Amino acid sequence: MSDIPIDAASRPAIDRRFRLQWEPAQNAHVLLYPEGMVKLNGSAGEILKRCDGTATIADITRDLEQTFATTGLGADVVAFVTLALQKRWVALRP
Amino acid sequence: MSGVAQSAAPATSARPRPGPPLWLLLELTYRCPLHCVFCYNPTDFARTGPELDTDDWLRVLAEARAMGAVQLGLSGGEPLARDDLEVIVAEAHRLGFYINLITSGVGLNETRIAALKAAGLDHIQLSFQDSSQKMNDFLSSTRTYELKSKVAALIKKYDYPMVLNVVLHRLNIDHVEEILHMADGLGAEYVELANTQYYGWAWENRDRLLPSRDQVERAEAATRRFRERNGRPMQIFFVVPDYFERRPKPCMNGLGSIFLTVTPDGTALPCHAARMLPGLEFPNVRAASLAEIWFESSGFNHFRGDAWMKEPCRSCPEKVKDFGGCRCQAYLMTGDAANADPVCDLSPHHHLVTEAVALANRPQTGDAAPAGAVEKPLIFRSPQNSNALHS
Repeated sequence: MSDIPIDAASRPAIDRRFRLQWEPAQNAHVLLYPEGMVKLNGSAGEILKRCDGTATIADITRDLEQTFATTGLGADVVAFVTLALQKRWVALRP
Repeated sequence: MSGVAQSAAPATSARPRPGPPLWLLLELTYRCPLHCVFCYNPTDFARTGPELDTDDWLRVLAEARAMGAVQLGLSGGEPLARDDLEVIVAEAHRLGFYINLITSGVGLNETRIAALKAAGLDHIQLSFQDSSQKMNDFLSSTRTYELKSKVAALIKKYDYPMVLNVVLHRLNIDHVEEILHMADGLGAEYVELANTQYYGWAWENRDRLLPSRDQVERAEAATRRFRERNGRPMQIFFVVPDYFERRPKPCMNGLGSIFLTVTPDGTALPCHAARMLPGLEFPNVRAASLAEIWFESSGFNHFRGDAWMKEPCRSCPEKVKDFGGCRCQAYLMTGDAANADPVCDLSPHHHLVTEAVALANRPQTGDAAPAGAVEKPLIFRSPQNSNALHS
């Protein structure tokens, strides 16, 4: 599958075939889909829960950097959202 | 359910404290308008006790969700035969389950699908099987095709992904290409070509249903050709029959690790077929809480970890991958549920599988019995046949 180009203005949203949910019993966010589940690690969960179709990649990055009092997360966010697009966990909103 | 396996803990030699039953399957009823010869339901289903009532099911949902269950399958029999299905779905949705309905589509009309959608049903898996007792009508049966077309259109109209499940066996596997064209015509997004697994009714009918190795190879080749040619994105999963493998499937990711099923009469089991396993206690949800059942009962504890294993599994490095295979298959074929699954070519009982495959490789001319032998007729899943088999 070819890479889908994304940039700071892209607005990702959880794909309609998936549901993102916090599961206390697993202490993790999970993506639910027909007869299956992906257990997400902490950073994947933090990024995906911000993919609401309104926030841009730049917004998401800024929010994460503020929340976790750090900087320089841009490349990580782009890399993960690119992966999530390939896996069709998210789709880009126009 | 492959995705669920990612979060399961690896087996260790001590009996581990299990995680939650992430996958809950409720077999809401054994009632079914179909009579499939490959059904995995127990052949004595007609003798089981009365179905749980609505409140029982709602309590099971709440208890399971509190333990961490998140994927919910609603199955049967035909789950649409329960007229409280919408109530059960609504409560499951309120609790936060991801809800999969596994149905033949018989009984799914616009009123019901609208109500199920409103109640929060997430997903419908439409099984494709023929209700007639003429298996060779499987594909030509216009009644079946019209029903599935109608249901498929409803599924699309209500914005569900179209997931088709087709159970393959000796009598239909040669038509894989036509089946895939049909699925394409119905607008399917996912097609599961699932070879029959031999439990319940399918076990009774095994020698008539097991395909030959040639048939399996032709079907795989046809699936490959279709994948290469077909332009529309339709994901096809071809599940090879395990009799043709050399290593067993990691059945249920190990009994009692992630999966819990409740049968129509309330018996809790670590897999659909486990009720047959002798010497184990499978409590009823009417009498015990789900947590007691999951953590305390012998039915769920016995095959956790690997203390139960015999050789060649016990010292096998692959035991952490396949957990010795399927306990029910080991029991059905060898009489001892602690033996290695005979699918494994390291099993001293592997010849039982190769003999079944050798029989399946017999000539197919009219699918007649070998000269001199009288072939058993197919036994269709029905209350009458259930009673007759267990009278």
